[in-house]
Amino acid sequence: MFSHLILGLRNAGLPTSITEYLTLMAAMKAGVAEYSVEDFYYLSRATLVKDERHLDKFDRVFGACFKGLEPPEGVKPQELPEEWLLKLAEKLLTPEEMAKIEALGGFDAIMQRLKELLAEQKERHQGGSKWIGTAGTSPFGAYGYNPEGVRIGQDKSRNRSAVKVWDKRDFKDLDDTVELGTRGMKLALRRLRRFARQGAATELDLPDTIKSTANNAGMLDLKLVPERHNTVKVLLFLDIGGSMDDYVKLTEELFSAARSEFKHLEYYYFHNFPYERVWKNNRRRHEEQIPTWQVLRTYGPDYKLIFVGDGAMSPYEITMPGGSVEHWNEEAGTVWVERLTGHYRRAAWLNPTPRQSWGHVRSITMINDLMEGRMFPLTVNGIDEMTRELSR
Amino acid sequence: MAGFKSTERYIASRDLEVAVNASVTLQRPLLVKGEPGTGKTVLAYEVAEALGHPLIEWHIKSTTKAQQGLYEYDAVSRLRDGQLGDERVHDIANYIVRGKLWDAFDADEPVVVLIDEVDKADIEFPNDLLLELDRMQFFVYETRRTIVAKHRPVVIITSNNEKELPDAFLRRCFFHYIRFPDRDTMERIVQAHYPDIRKDLAREAMNVFFQVREVPGLKKKPATSELLDWLKLLMVEDLPVEALRTNEKQLVIPPLYGALLKNEQDVHLFERLAFLARRG
Repeated sequence: MFSHLILGLRNAGLPTSITEYLTLMAAMKAGVAEYSVEDFYYLSRATLVKDERHLDKFDRVFGACFKGLEPPEGVKPQELPEEWLLKLAEKLLTPEEMAKIEALGGFDAIMQRLKELLAEQKERHQGGSKWIGTAGTSPFGAYGYNPEGVRIGQDKSRNRSAVKVWDKRDFKDLDDTVELGTRGMKLALRRLRRFARQGAATELDLPDTIKSTANNAGMLDLKLVPERHNTVKVLLFLDIGGSMDDYVKLTEELFSAARSEFKHLEYYYFHNFPYERVWKNNRRRHEEQIPTWQVLRTYGPDYKLIFVGDGAMSPYEITMPGGSVEHWNEEAGTVWVERLTGHYRRAAWLNPTPRQSWGHVRSITMINDLMEGRMFPLTVNGIDEMTRELSR
Repeated sequence: MAGFKSTERYIASRDLEVAVNASVTLQRPLLVKGEPGTGKTVLAYEVAEALGHPLIEWHIKSTTKAQQGLYEYDAVSRLRDGQLGDERVHDIANYIVRGKLWDAFDADEPVVVLIDEVDKADIEFPNDLLLELDRMQFFVYETRRTIVAKHRPVVIITSNNEKELPDAFLRRCFFHYIRFPDRDTMERIVQAHYPDIRKDLAREAMNVFFQVREVPGLKKKPATSELLDWLKLLMVEDLPVEALRTNEKQLVIPPLYGALLKNEQDVHLFERLAFLARRG
């Protein structure tokens, strides 16, 4: 019955499933919406949308499905060809209504007024109170033409109107503001977790208790063990600035996923390639640099080292002393990477560029060789591969 | 059908009513999200009250396991009883400690279950409850018994969006996002909580409150529960209305700001802005 709504939602990228559609049908059958359009809108929203950042998309699709609004990514609102309006009006108007319009000064006069109003409002037409509705051209009222969701002739004071609820698009702000897509990454990173028992003994060790109780001739002898904690330690080296700008969002997602998954996560920034200095706060990168030696001394070889960078640079930046684009480096980048990977035996490089293109960039091939082939794409699958490699 | 409606104490928007009634009618869980302090947890109390069912609360912490909501096997007491020669020891069922969901499934009348802050637990927690919430039944391994809900309870789950929830879990729920109330709704909420508040005090306090929320860069914007706390303080202190009066340009640190601003960065930010406003 409402399959076009579901298809519309799926086309707009909402993860709506058949189960949810059936739930909606069941709810309709049970009379939850009580035959009111507004309630139907609320009901379908509660059933089909499961995340507040999709609410805005839902409003747009709902509007398009049930009111013949322009599709979500439609034309800009400024221009409205006259013929189109005329045709539309002719199609919709009954003879009586035509007569009424004539009485108001003729069709052309109204068209003129409509045009003036449109010209006045170049920006978003939201909540205006002087729309055509007051002039009495109500036939246009039912036809929204604007992807922002304003219809001609709709008066603002009708605030209980069902149409208005989704046309308001209150959830615009929530679209895509929360952290997104990190669940997949978190699940992939989970594999890196390594549990070990540490700290105070609080958990009952049942097999050991039974064994020692038996050894004790039945006298109860409780054995406790510490609770299991995730003890994996991760050192993240993030390339920042320059060619990495395109991948900031992806890197942020990885970072926020990694942060909530590991207790021991240390991160440092570098530019293009790691040399003798790294930094922790990118805004104050010139004041607060930390010698890479210090990092090597501070964190033991039990840390897993993950570089994140696109690896696109001149080969000199890798092989030559003084090759860095930013400063004079005494020792070549290769020396530093070998030092780091020598210290941290479990190391990998995550690259946000697609794997197919790696062969075309010389520096990426060089880094891949330096990392002994442990370069992985920064995708959920790539992280999965990496964690499998690192937890071997 | 006894539906859920706004009450004298709890102002629910129409969309929330529809969502609650849908989940009650179809007996599926309702997932509620929203800014902290917009009344997610209170909703469960009100739903229980409106339907006339008892409420069973299960508050989730980072260490909570899904199993704990079903049952736990108390091995230590059994060992101790075995040693003391207690008769109870022969029946393992004596040492099964029921969890909140078991209580809910076993109740003789329909109940409302609140699973509060589901996102605090481990990322796999919701997945471990899929079957239990879908079929409203679970299997007790120790006694080889299946516990089936006598009446499918109304389940209300709240989340603060700290972790993303799995799709399979979401598909089984109804969803509602509680928006921050606009001024009109807020006035009704205040009226519902403090019917005898002085009109002028409420109005001025509301001005200050929305002004504070507008301040850019606040770490934690005050929400409904903060406003209500603050108003209560103002009423107890019986401050004159003039103390709250601000004009559009000038930003003044509101009296008793401790109820509105919850961390020192926000207070500092506010002091700095107020200082600039005074100077300018």
